[in-house]
This record gives sequence, C-alpha cells and structure tokens, in this order.
Amino acid sequence: MLYREAGQFKASYAADQAIFPIAQDRVLMAILLVVAAVVVPLTATQYLYTAILIPSLILALAAIGLNILTGYCGQVSLGTGGFMAVGAYTAYNLFIRVPELNLLLVLLAAGAMAALVGVIFGIPSLRIKGFYLAVATLAAQFFLDWVFARVPWLYNYSPSGSVGVPDLYVFGFPVITPTQRYLFILAIVALMALVAKNLVRSSVGRAWMAIRDMDIAAEIIGIRPLQTKLSAFAVSSFYAGVSGALWAFLHLKSWEPAAFDINRSFSLLFMIIIGGLGSILGSFIGAAFILLVPIFLNQVPPALGIPLSTATISHLEFMIFGALIIFFLIVEPHGLARLWQIGKEKLRLWPFPH
Amino acid sequence: MTRRLLATAGAAVVLAAAAVLPDPAWAQANEQFMPVLVYRTGPYAVNGIPFADGYSDYLNMLNERDGGINGVKLVIEECETGYATDRGVECYERLKGKGPTGAALFNPLSTGITYALMDRAPVDKIPVITMGYGRTEAADGSVVPWAFPILGTYWSAADIAMNYISKEVGGVAKLKGKRIALVYHDSPYGKEPIPVLRKLAQDYGFRFDELPVTHPGVEQKATWLQIRQNRPDYVLLWGWGVMNSTSIKEAAAVNFPRERMVGVWWSGAEPDVRPGGDQSKGYKALALHTTGSGATAHEDIRRFVYDRGKGKGKREEIGEVLYNRGMMNAVLATEAIRTAQERYGKKPLTGEQVRWGIENLNITEARIQDLGLVGMMRPVKLSCSDHEGGSRARVHQWDGQKWVILTDWIEANQKMLRPMVEAAAKKYGEEKKITARDCAKTS
Repeated sequence: MLYREAGQFKASYAADQAIFPIAQDRVLMAILLVVAAVVVPLTATQYLYTAILIPSLILALAAIGLNILTGYCGQVSLGTGGFMAVGAYTAYNLFIRVPELNLLLVLLAAGAMAALVGVIFGIPSLRIKGFYLAVATLAAQFFLDWVFARVPWLYNYSPSGSVGVPDLYVFGFPVITPTQRYLFILAIVALMALVAKNLVRSSVGRAWMAIRDMDIAAEIIGIRPLQTKLSAFAVSSFYAGVSGALWAFLHLKSWEPAAFDINRSFSLLFMIIIGGLGSILGSFIGAAFILLVPIFLNQVPPALGIPLSTATISHLEFMIFGALIIFFLIVEPHGLARLWQIGKEKLRLWPFPH
Repeated sequence: MTRRLLATAGAAVVLAAAAVLPDPAWAQANEQFMPVLVYRTGPYAVNGIPFADGYSDYLNMLNERDGGINGVKLVIEECETGYATDRGVECYERLKGKGPTGAALFNPLSTGITYALMDRAPVDKIPVITMGYGRTEAADGSVVPWAFPILGTYWSAADIAMNYISKEVGGVAKLKGKRIALVYHDSPYGKEPIPVLRKLAQDYGFRFDELPVTHPGVEQKATWLQIRQNRPDYVLLWGWGVMNSTSIKEAAAVNFPRERMVGVWWSGAEPDVRPGGDQSKGYKALALHTTGSGATAHEDIRRFVYDRGKGKGKREEIGEVLYNRGMMNAVLATEAIRTAQERYGKKPLTGEQVRWGIENLNITEARIQDLGLVGMMRPVKLSCSDHEGGSRARVHQWDGQKWVILTDWIEANQKMLRPMVEAAAKKYGEEKKITARDCAKTS
C-alpha cells in the first residue's frame, strides 16, 4: 500500500532511466541522507563515530570497489588489501613529500596510483579465471605487503616501519574531531557510491556484467575483454586505493603494513558475499555486518550482566559469528541486499497479497 | 518463504539495532575505572593470559585488602583485543569514557595498539603506560607527554643485550668480527631495536643480520636455515607468543646452541620455554624483574584474592615471569594514581590528573619495601623529560625447570641512547606537528 508505484507515470527517457524510478525510494534515500548528514552529527557519541560509523563507511567504499570487480565483472580478487595499502602509502608519501598538496588531491592520487597497480596485476586475468585468478591476485597481496614492509623509502625510513600523519585540513577546514572526519568521509563515500551506481548502470557496467555472465558470448557480441577487464580492475582498485588512504589517514592515523594484510582482503571478500555480489547497497550492508556483528556479540554478555570470562566471550563471538554467516548464506545465498529486494516486492503487495 | 524472510530480516534488524545500543549509565560512585586491554585468545594468548591475570589480581588484591587506593575502589573491565590493532582501538573507544571520571590510563600490551593510541591519548587526555615496550620516542616526555615506556624501551633492551654479549665474549673489543643475528617479529615491535643494533654494529665492528619472521611466527624454517648457513655467534630473539617457542625448537633443529640465544624480556617467560622441553635448556633472556612468588605482595594476592575465590588465573601460576610483569604494571599504575591523589585529593581522578601522577612517579627503595615487592623491582623515578626512568635488566637462563638469574643488573647506556631518542622524538614531533614542552617550566 505504502510502497506502490501505481499512478507514477514516466513521461520522459530521463525519468525512465532514473536511479530510483519509484518516488518512495527517492524519499527513503533522501531521508537516509538527511539522517546520515544531519541527525547523526547531532546525536552520535564519539564511540559511535570512531568505532562504528567511520570504519564501516570506509570499508563499505572498499567493498564497493571489490564488488565492481568481483560482483559485476566476475573477476575474483584477493588483493584488495594490497590495493588499499597502495592507496595509503601513496597518500602518505605525497603528503610528507609535497606537504602543500590539498588532501582531496592526495586522495585522488592515491586512487590513481592504486588503479595503475591494479591494472598491472589485472593483466593475468586475460588468461586465467576463477580460482587461478584468485591465486594471482593473492600474489599481488603478498607482494604489496612485502614492498611496504621492506622498501624503506616508502615508509620514510621510520625505524619501526610504522608511519603516521598529523591533523589534517581541507581548504583550511580541520578534519580532526570524529564529527568532522565522519562528515568528510560521508561526503566522499556518498559521492563515490553515486558514481559507482551510475557506472554499473551504464554501458561500461553492462559490458562488465556481460563478461561476468559469459566472456565468450560477450566477446562475440563485440565487447573487448582486454579493455573491459582492465577497466574493472582499474575502477575497483581506484576505490580500494581511496578507501585505503581514508582508512590510514582518517581512521588509524598511525599504521603499519599489517593494517592491510591478507585478512583485510578476506574480510572484504566476505563483506560482498554476505552483503550481495553485484549490488552497491550490498557493499554497505556487508561492511556493516562483518564489522559490527563481532563488536556487538562481544558486548552482549556484559550488557546482559552474564558473568563470563573475557576469553569465553571472545570464543563465543567467533562461534556465533561463524554460525550467523552460515545461516545467512543458507537462507539467502544472494546476500543481504537480496533480502531487501525481496522485502520490497512483498511491500508492493502488502497488505493484500494474492 | 514469508516466514523465512521475516526470520532473516528480523535477525538482521535486531543485530543492527543492538550494535548501536548506548552504554549503561554510570553511578557517581567513589570509583576509579581501570580498563584492561587483554588477549586471552589467538596466537599470543599464551603470553597475554598470565600478564592479564597478574594485572587484574594485583588490582583486586588492593580492593580486597585496602578497599582500593585510599578508599577509592578500582573497577576493572577487560576488553579482548586479540593483539589486533583495530580491535584494540575499538576497545579503547569503548572503555575510555566509562566510570565516573573516565578511564584512568591504558596499558595496550601491544606495540601496534600503542602506536595507534599515542595519537588518540592527547586528544582524550588519557595517559598510556607501556611498561617495557611501546614506542621508543615516548621516552622523551617533552615531545610525547601522554605515553610512558617505563622501565625500558626496546632500544635500551637491545643495548643491554649487547652489553651482556660483549661481557660474555670478553669485552667490547672482542665483538669485532663477530656475527650477530636478530630474529624478530616482523611488526613495529620487532623492528624497534634495529636502529640501535645497527649503530652498535658500526661502533663495535660486528656483523649484524636482520631476520624477520612474519606474524604469527609458526613458520620459521627458512629463517633458521639461514642461521645454519651463516653460523652467527649469537642470536637475539625478539618474538612474542607462539613465535618464541617455535624459535627455540627451530634452533634445536638446526643445532644452534641455546646458550648463545638471548631473548628480549618479552621472549623469556615460561610459556616460551616449556613447549620445547629439554631443547629449551640453556636458553637465555633479559629479565626486567625477578620470578618467583615469595614476595609479600604475592602472599597477599593468595590470601585476599585466591582464598576468596576471586583469582583470575591458576594459583600455581602466581609468580611466573609474565604474571609478575602484569603485577609490576599494576603497581606502576596504582602508584601513579596514589601520587596523583596526593595532589588532587583522594577521589576518582581524571586521565589528565593521573598523567601528572605518572610523570611525578617516584618509587623509592622504602616504598618498594612497603609494597611488599622487595627484590622484585628497582626504584623508579620519572620526570617531565624522562618517561623511561632508566632501564636496567638482568639476564636469566632456563635450566629446564626454572629461570636462574645469571648476572647483576645491567644498565642501558643512556649516554649513547638518549641523544638517539631525542633525535627520533624530534622527527616524530615534526611528523605529527607537535611543539615540544619546555620541561624547565612544568611543575
């Protein structure tokens, strides 16, 4: 009843091609943006910002990147952590060597460098597929990890291999307090998510999906695998690079290569699988799920007043989290985003299902 | 279909909603909140557990015996980090605001988490004690006011270890032409000592090999094959968790004499040597304090904590190396709070007030006697510029059953280290855009 598009006529091509063709979706999105940009800054606590909102937004951005490559173009990658590291260290080196550079330019350059590295490591994808490609990107992950731990110039000869950045400013505005950092990240993530959404709806995105669904058929209808696959690698790595730079600069502030190790790549892959392959929304939901559920599980027993030892709580956290992943994969193999979609279908008929 | 959908959607919603539940309100009580970052799970748990037990038991003992510090009860809350930096930061954010005055101080017990907290501590005004670990730059308190690597940095540890080796080979001059390898955990923790060892290698003319071991350190075959080829005269071990015991076993496998291995004080506890059995016999490591549970404080812990069934660990583990380390850490923390209470009053203190207490910490010989820690630790005195308080350690050796102290206290050569620390702190200050305090002017 509430969610019915009856009476909404599309009178132009533009209306027909809108991202949210249904008015209710537009309203919902607008409310969501207002909540994120106005209500949250007015109400959120510091814990909410620094432990929940900021990390989930940044990881959602990386998940969008990986989703473009894996979900839309069908190229399995285990190198996202490495590409994030490329972004973080490019940004760091630019920042300390060219201090007058604007932070936005630094982020852009971080993305560009990651895209370049991504393209190089994407070349094997023209010959190998599936698991074999996953192994090739795994090599990228280890290689990049190794580079950032072993080439002293890249970490500015820091004796411990750990690097950090001071307080940041954008056009003279400080990006220091959790609220400022959150709003800055929100702006970037919202913008890049919009770009991603439009990319996957365009001819580029359709070419990626054609390659994903059957690359030989795609080639026959005139899609060039070289450009298509490499563009997916480039765009995906660009997103990973920007999110890596944000993760390092605005979340961690001091970091070492271990912040971008293989576990990061795995958890990003889990995020898009749980959230939904081939869905921008799924990237957000998946990032929130993988990041927040362990934190939440860790806090349940103390909040309920159940006296359990720290170790037991931690073990329980692992067990329940693992069980939840299996549960969600069994009841909804297409991810949490698919749940939302099914929910919308049901809502259209509600309260008179036929 | 609908039911299943509802079930999954419901589960998702509950999870999402509960994740952002606010903290319960805190009563305005006469309580000091003491957060404890621990790792009781994962590859480093073998070492994390005894340390956490020692820390909590000592605080509990004060609560049970004295009713806290001058009547201010200590409220302890643990948070599991698993030695992971991101979880450590999450724990810090979760715990920093709890209690009537917020967290008194943090002990990250991980070099990675220390690095991350050092950026946050000045903003939140909560001090960070990193006893025997952490970032060396923090020893210069004029640049890093909020972090305290009390009792020793890794640079001091490297210097003490080399000092011991030079004595064993018969003087500094004999070090020339020797070959010394560092087997280290490939993280900021393991990399910390490298600059000092490089400098010493240059000064004394020994050859220095750097052999990194990747986290978590169970795969070291290649490293020890290199040692078998190069035959270094000594191996310094900078490991943690399962890495330590693996190193000792691998040393035995390539027949490298354990007597010529010297571990840092984090690589010289019972969980490191016990898995190796007889292979560990003869292994040496630095000791920040004595082992054993004979001190009066241990007696009190047994009487007031374990006899009342409130102990965190096992009774027989009281007095092990890392248990005592945790206790020492608790002693430093509580003595700092006591010091701060003398100035700010006997009430719950804020992190800023506790920081003053740490900086003006002065544990004298007489105080050690009062605390019931005779023989366990040396007097410590910190100041605005010196956040380390001098570094001394002894060398102890595992005889198959227990640790035996071999040497007297060896002092780190501050004459060489201090300028290096100050230079590093200056660079750190520049990178982080910190203006150094003038220590002559602080009270």
